[in-house]
Amino acid sequence: MKEETKKLFQLFWTFLKIGPVTFGGGYAMIPLIEREVVDKKKWVSHEDVTDVFAIAESIPGAIAINSSTFIGYRIAGISGAIAALLGVFLPTFLIVVVLSIVFLQIQDNPKIEAAFQAIRASIVALIVYAGYMIGKTAIIDKTTCVISFGSMAILFFLHLHPVLIIFLGIILGIVLVNLKRKLGFSVDGKKEKPSSPQQLEWFMGDGI
Amino acid sequence: MILFELFWTFLLIGFVSFGGGYAMIPVIELEVINKGWMTTQQFTDVIAIAGMSPGPIATNSAIFVGYQVNGITGAIAAGLGMVIPSLLLVIIIATFFYKISKNKHVESAFYGLRPIITGLIGYAAIKFAVSNDLVGSFSWYSASLLIIFALSLFSLIKLRVHPALVIVMSGVLGAAIYS
Repeated sequence: MKEETKKLFQLFWTFLKIGPVTFGGGYAMIPLIEREVVDKKKWVSHEDVTDVFAIAESIPGAIAINSSTFIGYRIAGISGAIAALLGVFLPTFLIVVVLSIVFLQIQDNPKIEAAFQAIRASIVALIVYAGYMIGKTAIIDKTTCVISFGSMAILFFLHLHPVLIIFLGIILGIVLVNLKRKLGFSVDGKKEKPSSPQQLEWFMGDGI
Repeated sequence: MILFELFWTFLLIGFVSFGGGYAMIPVIELEVINKGWMTTQQFTDVIAIAGMSPGPIATNSAIFVGYQVNGITGAIAAGLGMVIPSLLLVIIIATFFYKISKNKHVESAFYGLRPIITGLIGYAAIKFAVSNDLVGSFSWYSASLLIIFALSLFSLIKLRVHPALVIVMSGVLGAAIYS
């Protein structure tokens, strides 16, 4: 019992230290998690951790949170998952709350207001950049190009709820790939990633 | 009641939060505007703060929205709503479908899902550009915003400057020229 509590605390503490490093999506923490969990603590093997990242990418949610929770679960079951989740969540939660308090205090200051006018333009650039990065792996042929621009048009003109469009995309993918296979086209469902996550350590938008 | 509404809203978003966070921007925006929690411009500032903080952008935005709506308890409710789906999905997948990423249907689903995510992000970009006066009307002000936009995009794609640094540099520039 004592041993288990100790392990849970270790899990919590390990991910608490990694948490603040996860700028912009979570790829930054992949080498850190490997070093802590595989090399230092020897909790899981190298192959296991690679599998964990593959799954963390393909389910909803942030990669940082998914992979920490997954490793926690592998090591100590459900309570391990919760300990790791809280560990990775807590520091960023506190940082965001402090920044929110500061922002709400100073947002009416003329200098800050001026700063945010420019920042808003940069945020649009940031979103375009995220779209560009994910577009490189998403738009691989004419079909995916049509889906991408089609969904944009539907959002603009038909005002369908984005969540509905996400589900539509899942169904469309399965139907189209099956159809293409039946018709004898080759479908390269997954394109190689343009570069390894380690190279672009704050890589965003490519979380699927 | 408001706490439950925050928790429930972000719980539902958490379950469909594919695509590393940026794809969730239009989803979160739609919800906070429909519920009357904030305007698109206020929400742009949320993204700015979320982008300057470490941690996932969607989770950070949820925490900030929660804080603005109902203080610290709101932040906790929204933040937990956003991460609990991760916990549940991880447990389910770890227990039942360990090899999900190698599953044929999952790969096919992503063939359709990835371009949709790209479309969602594109939609968010255009919407934010309009509500923050980058496009729509021509004035020296919007021209200057477009230049800042172009400089930021160039720094991100070509110079590979860290996004948080781009936000900070842009803020310094804005404080210098707009006040």
